[in-house]
Amino acid sequence: MTRAGGRWLRAAVLAVVALGLVLPIAAGLWGTLAAAFGHLPAIGANGPSLAPWRQLVDLPGALTSLRLTLWTGFASTALSLVLALAAAAWAHGRFGPRAIGRAIAPFLAVPHAALAIGLAFVIAPSGWIARGLSPWATGWDVPPDLAIVHDPAGLALILGLVIKEVPFFLLVILGALAQVPAAAQMRAGRALGYGPAQVWAFVITPQVYAQIRLPVYVVLSFALSVVDLGIILGPSNPPVLAVAMTRWFLAPDSGLILPASAAAVAQAVIALGAIALWRGTETLVSLAGRAILRRGRRGRTWSGAAWGGAGIVGALLLLGLLSLAALTLWSLTWRWSFPNVWPESLSLHTWARPGAGWGLAALNTLVIGFVTTALALTLAVAWLEGEERGGLARARWAEGLIYLPLIVPQVAFLYGLQVVFVRLGLAGGIGAVIWGQALFVFPYVMIALSDPWRALDPRLLRAAAALGAGPMRRLFAVRLPVLLRPLLTAAAIGFAVSVAQYLPTLFLGAGRVPTLTTEAVTLSSSSDRRVTGTYATLQSALPFLVYAAAFLIPAWVFRHRRALSGETG
Amino acid sequence: MRLPILTAVLLAAALPLRAESWDEIVAAARGQTVYWNAWGGDERTNDFIAWASDQVEAQYGVTIQQVKLADTAEAVTRVVAEKAAGQDADGSVDMIWINGANFLSMKEQGLLHGPFVADLPNARYLDLSPGSAASVDFTVPVEGYEAPWRLAKFVMTYDSARVETPPRSMAALLEWSAANPGRFTHPAVSNFMGATFLKQALIELTPDASALQGPATEGNFDAATAPLWAWYDALRPTLWRGGETFPENASVQEQMLNDGAVDISMAFDPASAAAAIEKGLLPETARAYALEGGTIGNISFVAIPYNAAHKEGAMVVANFLLDPATQAHAQDITVLGSFAVLDPAKLGEAERAAFNALPTSPALPTLEALGPTLIEPHPSWMTMIAEAWAERYTR
Repeated sequence: MTRAGGRWLRAAVLAVVALGLVLPIAAGLWGTLAAAFGHLPAIGANGPSLAPWRQLVDLPGALTSLRLTLWTGFASTALSLVLALAAAAWAHGRFGPRAIGRAIAPFLAVPHAALAIGLAFVIAPSGWIARGLSPWATGWDVPPDLAIVHDPAGLALILGLVIKEVPFFLLVILGALAQVPAAAQMRAGRALGYGPAQVWAFVITPQVYAQIRLPVYVVLSFALSVVDLGIILGPSNPPVLAVAMTRWFLAPDSGLILPASAAAVAQAVIALGAIALWRGTETLVSLAGRAILRRGRRGRTWSGAAWGGAGIVGALLLLGLLSLAALTLWSLTWRWSFPNVWPESLSLHTWARPGAGWGLAALNTLVIGFVTTALALTLAVAWLEGEERGGLARARWAEGLIYLPLIVPQVAFLYGLQVVFVRLGLAGGIGAVIWGQALFVFPYVMIALSDPWRALDPRLLRAAAALGAGPMRRLFAVRLPVLLRPLLTAAAIGFAVSVAQYLPTLFLGAGRVPTLTTEAVTLSSSSDRRVTGTYATLQSALPFLVYAAAFLIPAWVFRHRRALSGETG
Repeated sequence: MRLPILTAVLLAAALPLRAESWDEIVAAARGQTVYWNAWGGDERTNDFIAWASDQVEAQYGVTIQQVKLADTAEAVTRVVAEKAAGQDADGSVDMIWINGANFLSMKEQGLLHGPFVADLPNARYLDLSPGSAASVDFTVPVEGYEAPWRLAKFVMTYDSARVETPPRSMAALLEWSAANPGRFTHPAVSNFMGATFLKQALIELTPDASALQGPATEGNFDAATAPLWAWYDALRPTLWRGGETFPENASVQEQMLNDGAVDISMAFDPASAAAAIEKGLLPETARAYALEGGTIGNISFVAIPYNAAHKEGAMVVANFLLDPATQAHAQDITVLGSFAVLDPAKLGEAERAAFNALPTSPALPTLEALGPTLIEPHPSWMTMIAEAWAERYTR
């Protein structure tokens, strides 16, 4: 009975996921694909034709954009991964996973755009660091003419991505480490005469990597297709492909929609090709690793690397904190001229006027964030409960289904999806935005919740069943309360993902649903850092508060239940 | 003979609004929310729109919801997407702050509602004679498809604490920039402000400025722009970051002037420096100035998409924006500081007095110092210049 009920539940969940998640993406991809091959009757284009592709290749700077995309995408992902692995090697055994988790939580919570806006100010030639050193150390009375932010090589963009991705990698590495008998292997390796860094690099890392492969692909795909960071930090003439494509989509000449769609399709191909290439490189790296191992050299080589990596990660996190502090300080500023280290005059004028826009944007952000998270969480619980009751293991294809929205670049299907939504009469409302965001929130909630869900001690449920509790009672009276902490953590992650969404909100909301993120990105190209600072401060504060709540609520609820206040119970 | 009549009949059938009187329009508008799609990068404009919403709500029961755009083209794309989906009524865009290329594109594709300007009671304060600034948008005839609401004029801004005498011509600017390398730049040419800077230079440098009033063609483009590119090739290496990268728009460049990263910025609003000082965004020593021989000026318009859900409300708002009291409020430098679009000759005593009572500032150039207003070249010049620039300088 319950088993059949579980199957039914899972089928229902699958239907919801297929209709709500896979279908829109497929429809969006189809719309984009049709336009890429010259079929968009609205602007009088009746394909199929290859003209959009020729037009794309002929657009000035298109090849440079492509080169920049590949360079920033690969460099930032590889660098983040290596740094996170080195930092994890250094931190492992020095700090508990919970301490590390708490230290990186703020960076996970902060949306990319807010961090980038703050970083742009901190590192710019007219920025905080330069102000701190001028004119006494540098002799600069006016900012030097240096290419730092928007630099043609995309280094600022890479820096921004790395600051944001290293904490994410640290998080997934910590999760994976829990599945690896690292301490025992370390002892065994050291007994055989290998240095700790060698054991880490050649024994533990491969096991960890096998588990974090999908998140690495997600990051790679994200870095290759990011728009908001590209606008704020990336090169501008020409920009990376995703930014160029967004500009073409929005250009006054609506004919550019066709090459823009071609670029969107190219973006999807690039992401998939990049993942395949990365996969190939994995094989090469593991072959090389084995060759090195076979030579059997012992020693303390590589141990400097862990220290170096940890040092760099520390510096990056410091830079991130400085960026967040800069945002808040700007929001409280009236005038702050170069080269003063602190503002000359402070003012609460932007905070005092919620009616000027941030009030509505904050409200929208909160409502969309909570509704989206609640939807995603409900769906995830239903999915996991269905699996559990049906006694089904997670199939590979189901895993793929969950990761689909994260691996296919957003830009590739959002324009097509916008047309679909308009046709259904759904565009432009808060409902469309919630749906669009749920596409990206659900996978993260699912990823965050799966492991704790399965790790729950089954004896608790068996005991409850033996005491006569039915499946619903076991779920609501035992499982969910015991899993309160991971549930709230998943909700906090989902909320942070929702707050950070830029393109889905812009496209599916028809620009009519201002959120803190859309407004902050728009304002980042205005002259008023004080207003931008206000939006970006709020944008980072909301997810941060939700994270804090996810940490404090279980601590308070379980203040008399020591075992439950732990990580997973 | 027959065709025009047929067209008129079809138009009348397609546009039932034409038959309505203004009172009926006002009555239909009551209770509507007008989604005004307007560039949202300027806080004062946003505040002005919020103020206008309060006013029209009190007077007509219409509210305005500003849809803040990073780029006006976003709204055009949205209307195109709606048309693509066959949504020919109840569209999401009720009104667009529009100009030049975007207007031309929408007008050519039949995406605009109208003509409606003649139906607005306050249109009587406008000079709509052929060739007047309010009847031509970047040389494209308006023909009643968009209503004017604010006047813009190209000016340069500098910090008088760092620059004693700013260059007042494009030739002088090249000399100045060569003497002060890295201290001048212009907004990206994909942005309308950057393109306007090049157009301003083109008017000064081209052998025959009158040719710019006709469309740019393959045939006349090279000859007309050769001096511009020669001048720009010399200027570019002297620019900030060697002309490899550019601020995204004039706002970003204004921030660079404020930071001291450059010494000269530019704006399409003579009051922008005074306004920025007022807001704490530029030092007290910032000044706006015009170039010898005058600068490009144009009028900003509002247009209504063909599928707008709240056409009546949008017309009420367009009419409100033309009210002399609204125009005087907008011209106040503590509010917007944008010059009125109305014809002074058509205003009465009381209406004129409101304009005379407005405050002034040292950063605000007098009407005299601003010099003549040059008419915008045909929009095809802007498009072709932007394309040619991208081809020459984007690698």
